[in-house]
Amino acid sequence: MHNVAVIVRRELQGYFATPLAYVFIVIFLALAGSLAFFAGNFFERGQADLQPFFNFHPWLYLVLIPALAMRLWAEERKSGTIELLLTLPISMTEAVVGKFLASWIFAGIALALTFPFWLTVIYLGNPDNGVILASYIGSFLMAGAFLAVGACLSALTKNQVIAFVVTAAICFLFTVSGSQIVLGVLRGWAPQLVLDTVASLSFLTHFNAIVRGVIDLRDALFFLSTIALFLYANAVVVDLKKAD
Amino acid sequence: MASSNTDPMVEVRNLSKRFGPILAVDDVSFTVGRGEVLGFLGPNGAGKSTTMKMITGFLAPSAGTAVVCGADIESDPIAAKRRIGYLPEGAPSYPDMTPLHFLEFVARVRGFSGREAREAIGNAIECTSLGSVLAQPIDTLSKGFKRRVGLAQALLHDPPVLILDEPTDGLDPNQKHDVRKLINLLAAEKSIIISTHLLEEVDAVCTRAVVIAAGRLVADGTPGELEQRSRHHNAVRIELASGMDQAEAALQALANVESVERVIDDEGIALMVFARGGRSIVAEVADLARDRRWEVAGLRVERGRLEDVFRQVTLAA
Repeated sequence: MHNVAVIVRRELQGYFATPLAYVFIVIFLALAGSLAFFAGNFFERGQADLQPFFNFHPWLYLVLIPALAMRLWAEERKSGTIELLLTLPISMTEAVVGKFLASWIFAGIALALTFPFWLTVIYLGNPDNGVILASYIGSFLMAGAFLAVGACLSALTKNQVIAFVVTAAICFLFTVSGSQIVLGVLRGWAPQLVLDTVASLSFLTHFNAIVRGVIDLRDALFFLSTIALFLYANAVVVDLKKAD
Repeated sequence: MASSNTDPMVEVRNLSKRFGPILAVDDVSFTVGRGEVLGFLGPNGAGKSTTMKMITGFLAPSAGTAVVCGADIESDPIAAKRRIGYLPEGAPSYPDMTPLHFLEFVARVRGFSGREAREAIGNAIECTSLGSVLAQPIDTLSKGFKRRVGLAQALLHDPPVLILDEPTDGLDPNQKHDVRKLINLLAAEKSIIISTHLLEEVDAVCTRAVVIAAGRLVADGTPGELEQRSRHHNAVRIELASGMDQAEAALQALANVESVERVIDDEGIALMVFARGGRSIVAEVADLARDRRWEVAGLRVERGRLEDVFRQVTLAA
């Protein structure tokens, strides 16, 4: 646990040592706000809730989270510091979990800084605070799933741009896998079991269920197990690719 | 050397590493005792760095293992890593961090906190003279300072075993001198392995040298022992003011002389008289010179040259 905390601290220091952290937070807040106001008709709907705000999170994460995750391992591999990191007395699990947690905490900070939206709807009306809290938790869990995918793919390459593009593409597939576009391609020839499996992997479906206020433990478990699975894969990939 | 076997702190046992079809390290074994500085020599790509990466637990060996102060790097990697200070090739460190933040991170990972941490960091900074650049991002430092940051990180926890991959690569002569002085200073209480392709470094700091070529260990001995394998061992360099041609023929006729060559080096023109089987021939040469009344301007016995041995053993492999 101590080692995980040390890694988390160094990684967070790394985010804030460069403009990355500030650029990310500013752009995240600006995009989250403008999407909710202009594309989501935040005011025109005349409802005191944050639906228009949360609805855009999957798409926002699709662009921004890969940018946060791409450096996690690709940079270590490119600069050779991975050799330093993995010859320190820490286990692979501690390194993988520590790096992931740091990026997740950072994403959490960015998300938490959107609190003025919550204050706004409280000021304007009488929102269902339970749903909003659940939506925040859902959004945070989804960010974690995106980050775990990104961390794993970042370990595959030394090139951060490749890590970004591949992560965005894979995350896109996870996001839309429940949509009719994807299911339509499969329907007709793939067995129902495959259809159901693909549909159940959709980040969007699970996230929307949470945002609607239907807080189901299964949706939370879906994101947590996705994180666990990809972090396990992350450790395997680091072990395989570290020598290249 | 006998001392290496009585108190082995690093034991490398039949290490092999295969990358696909390539056998990068092939059944390498050696031990390093307390107080020894082992020079790890070999041409580029011979497997030096790969061997070091296996000893430090970065790469898993395909076969064999390494034991560091009783801890097996395969079965108990964390315990082994605690006892090692490692400077990887190229001295990588986090470019966005300052040396101070970087050393604080390493200290925390190594389990130091509070006053202990400050002391450990302070000592490491002092050993490597980093005081003037502590607050600058590592990115902006010169190559020499970056290497010293890497060294400071390796020394921080005062490890019993130091493994340094090309510690003086890219340093200027003054910095090389400083690093070698530091290694000599640390040598008494530790086991140190340094890889290098600078043979002068072996003379300057190493108590023992192993040579690796194409993944195999091809020589193991003290620098003196290795020098004896050189054809220059006990050769006599004789400089004459005149009569080089007659002298060359006369020297060639001596029983223990293998060959005589005319050499031009930075000291001038001279005859290099090679001894047969490394025997001592200086007395015979000196007697001959006195008898024939040659005008001798200089006479010197060669110890042997590591370059010769290096080329000899690595080209044969």
